[in-house]
Amino acid sequence: MTATFETPIETTVSLTIDGKIVEVPAGTSIHKACESAGIDTPTLCWAENLTPVSVCRVCVVEVEGQRALAPSCARAAEEDMVVETDSDRVRHSRKMVLEFLGSGVDLDQAPELQKWMEHYGSDTSRYDQYELPALKMGEAPKIQDNLYIRDYDRCVLCYKCVEACGDDAQHTYAIAVSGRGFDARISTEFDVTLPDSACVYCGNCIAVCPTGAIQFKTEYDLRGADNWRPDEQEVTRTVCSYCGVGCNLELHTQDDKIVKVTSPADHSVTSGMLCIKGRFGWQYVQPLDAPTRKH
Amino acid sequence: MADLYISDEMADDAEIAAVDAALGGRFVVVRESERFVRAGTSKRHDHRHLLLPALHALQNAKGWISPGGLNHVCETLQVPPAEAYGVATFYDLFRTDEPTQAGDVTHVCVDAACQIAGSGKRIAALRAQSINVHESPCLGQCERANASTGEVAEFVQGVGGPDRVEADERPYELFHQKGDESLRLLKRIGVVDPTSLASYRAHGGYDALTAAMAMGADAVCTAVADSGLSGRGGAAFPTGIKWRAVAAEQGRPKHVVANCDESEPGTFKDRVVMENDPFAVIEALTIAGFATGAENGWIYIRGEYPLATARLQNAINQALEAGLLGDDAAGSGHRFTIEIRRGAGAYICGEETALFASLEGFRGEPRSKPPFPTTHGLFQEPTAINNPETLLNVLDIVQIGADGYRSRGTDRSPGTKLLCLSGRVARPGVYEVEFGTTLGEVLELAGGLTGSGELRAVLMGGAAGSFVDGSYLDMPITLEHARERGTTLGSGVVMAFTDEIDMVDILVRISQFFRDESCGQCVPCRIGCVRQHETMVVLQQKGSLTPDRRQLVDDISQVMVDASICGFGHTATNAINSAIELGIVPGVPS
Ligand SMILES: Cc1cc2nc3c(=O)[nH]c(=O)nc-3n(C[C@H](O)[C@H](O)[C@H](O)COP(=O)(O)O)c2cc1C
Ligand code: SF4
Ligand code: SF4
Ligand code: SF4
Ligand code: FES
Ligand code: FES
Repeated sequence: MTATFETPIETTVSLTIDGKIVEVPAGTSIHKACESAGIDTPTLCWAENLTPVSVCRVCVVEVEGQRALAPSCARAAEEDMVVETDSDRVRHSRKMVLEFLGSGVDLDQAPELQKWMEHYGSDTSRYDQYELPALKMGEAPKIQDNLYIRDYDRCVLCYKCVEACGDDAQHTYAIAVSGRGFDARISTEFDVTLPDSACVYCGNCIAVCPTGAIQFKTEYDLRGADNWRPDEQEVTRTVCSYCGVGCNLELHTQDDKIVKVTSPADHSVTSGMLCIKGRFGWQYVQPLDAPTRKH
Repeated sequence: MADLYISDEMADDAEIAAVDAALGGRFVVVRESERFVRAGTSKRHDHRHLLLPALHALQNAKGWISPGGLNHVCETLQVPPAEAYGVATFYDLFRTDEPTQAGDVTHVCVDAACQIAGSGKRIAALRAQSINVHESPCLGQCERANASTGEVAEFVQGVGGPDRVEADERPYELFHQKGDESLRLLKRIGVVDPTSLASYRAHGGYDALTAAMAMGADAVCTAVADSGLSGRGGAAFPTGIKWRAVAAEQGRPKHVVANCDESEPGTFKDRVVMENDPFAVIEALTIAGFATGAENGWIYIRGEYPLATARLQNAINQALEAGLLGDDAAGSGHRFTIEIRRGAGAYICGEETALFASLEGFRGEPRSKPPFPTTHGLFQEPTAINNPETLLNVLDIVQIGADGYRSRGTDRSPGTKLLCLSGRVARPGVYEVEFGTTLGEVLELAGGLTGSGELRAVLMGGAAGSFVDGSYLDMPITLEHARERGTTLGSGVVMAFTDEIDMVDILVRISQFFRDESCGQCVPCRIGCVRQHETMVVLQQKGSLTPDRRQLVDDISQVMVDASICGFGHTATNAINSAIELGIVPGVPS
């Protein structure tokens, strides 16, 4: 038979996930393979538009023949692999990872994680009994300008903001992980304020943060006033009017006011990333400090 | 790197001079106000591997890394300041806040061997004299810990002057096998002049390299594989397989790395070798380079080993001068050079992928494997990384052949092993024993027990290893027997505890060690280590654990073993679990 160049050969691998045979293109992650088999997997440090760092370990699965569990977000599916996503070991690890996080980080604004904690029976009260200083940093949120705030009591150290600010999108490197072990923190050099740092206010760190540790000042203020109502918000898709690149914007409005701006993570131009103009440059529509009315 | 944002803070003359000296004047700092792009982001990593030496220079110049000093380094090496700060704050030997007490800092070890020799008292005494003390994890001088004299391990971090270990100024008297005919790895210790190439040669030095070159690279790899040599850094991976894999890689350049980070609590064998027979490490690394076809040799040595560092550097200099290193190393027609890099106080940097990250100028965070170092090692290039003890074995293998080598030891653990005897033994020190010697014989070799004379437990393999009790004294020291009986040889630690010692205090300290040393990258280990430590502190305070807390010990351990990224998290609960299983922890049922 002669090979034809017009039809590239799509290599696939077939593996067994929870007893079901699943066929996926070679190179697909186990996580994606699970998704195609209709199995929901928790993720935290993984995102479509970022390089996997595999640090949170909430997505682990059991791969037959391997001693340790594997991070499904980064491990590629292989031919004849046998994967368990709901074994005792997997459930235990997911439960404990979430429990550890919940015991030390404020996850109030991470409903997805809370759902999974409930699913796996994570019980953070097991740690309340310690008569030792609480794990939480108890740090005041960093409010250094009127564009966005950083509240590291909510930070799970997923590295997403660092990736977005650095190699994966912005190449600005304004923030990095500092310290070591439990003292590790996301920080600028010497913890200088954002206006004193390399930050260009693209807000891409906000876009990727899964826990609300970094958020629009508008959102922060509304939450503080107990007036953040995401269910009632309208999302309008439009194109940024500043330059010819054509970034798609999603304007989130509440009570006819823009409260935050995002871009779709799967958009071919932006991959969810914007610059300061698209992200924050809407003052010509509405001044930044416009008082927001509670109705 | 595209335009970096660097704040207005400037380095002072002392800082600039120190950095320039450390970087060998290789750079012209470009100061431009207008935006310019050097060569895209690919240039970003060009000089980054010089970050650690530059940070050492700043720390030494002023006793801390100031914003101005860091700016100077960032501008010179084109590293973003936030990232450089992230690197500086990763290491125990670097400070990023101005110290309240200026001058040298005395690091005093608080890990087990020193803990039971009275490091608490020593620290109090030093502080009473207003000496600036930093409590340090194991300093790799555990054999110096002596309960009767109160001596414990210390290291002085210099400011404006060199780092030093005061004990190094006295002759080394803690090697007890000097001149023993049966020694292979330690035969030159105490016999050869460690500062002289001529002396090294007079004691058989460089005969192995000559033999290796006569055999050819391929035959060396075969001999190493046939000898059954396995890694002595803890994981016992077959060295022959590793070398063959790197030799087969077509990618260039290739690297061989001597992992001299030696930070596993209780381990000091590599230090004794590097200080007393440094040319042997250089010769063995040269053979590794020859066998694998690597042109770059690296020595990554922990920052607390100033004497070993100086001796190795001197050995490299003399070898270069004699043409044993360089463009045509020892007339092999093969270019091979060796560069030394100092760590800065981070146990995790002994993990091979963390070591690469650290050497490259990034935070010492382990990387996921696969890919493995043999294909994606240092700078993502093919790399063979070995412990110095592993390398030392090769000197014998190429001279006496694989069969000759196998005449000692057991079939599955051929050869000899360096053991680090410490704790309550009469003659602590490094001992070379034939595989198959029993644990009891080893303790006798070190003069038997001191303290109460009644054995409570022996810590095998370090803090990442496990405790065994008196019922293991008949266990032959081999990889297979250790595995069979659920323990490990790890890095060769044999630390004895007698029954007057409060084991809970020891476990609290071990858990504190892991809490302090976790890189913090993955959740199971970052938070698990803290929770484990808290449990041990509660045990210490209350004298027992409630059933809930007892359950938590197992739950924490399970997730760390199953879901952590690297060997640190996988082993950080071993010692505590083994102690509980042995039933030697009062208040905790096994
Ligand atoms: C937390 C951790 C620390 C380690 N520290 C060291 C070390 O100080 N020295 C060393 O040789 N290997 C150390 N290792 C093992 C290395 O990762 C690697 O396996 C070893 O250097 C390979 O050399 P070998 O095959 O000659 O043993 C460490 C591993 C882990 C997980
Ligand atoms: S706003 Fe943009 S430049 Fe500023 S820290 Fe976030 S990602 Fe980096
Ligand atoms: S601030 Fe948000 S994105 Fe950044 S590491 Fe923390 S949780 Fe992740
Ligand atoms: S197991 Fe611990 S040391 Fe290893 S990567 Fe995870 S946090 Fe870092
Ligand atoms: S989502 Fe896979 S490790 Fe974080
Ligand atoms: S130097 Fe103190 S325990 Fe090793």
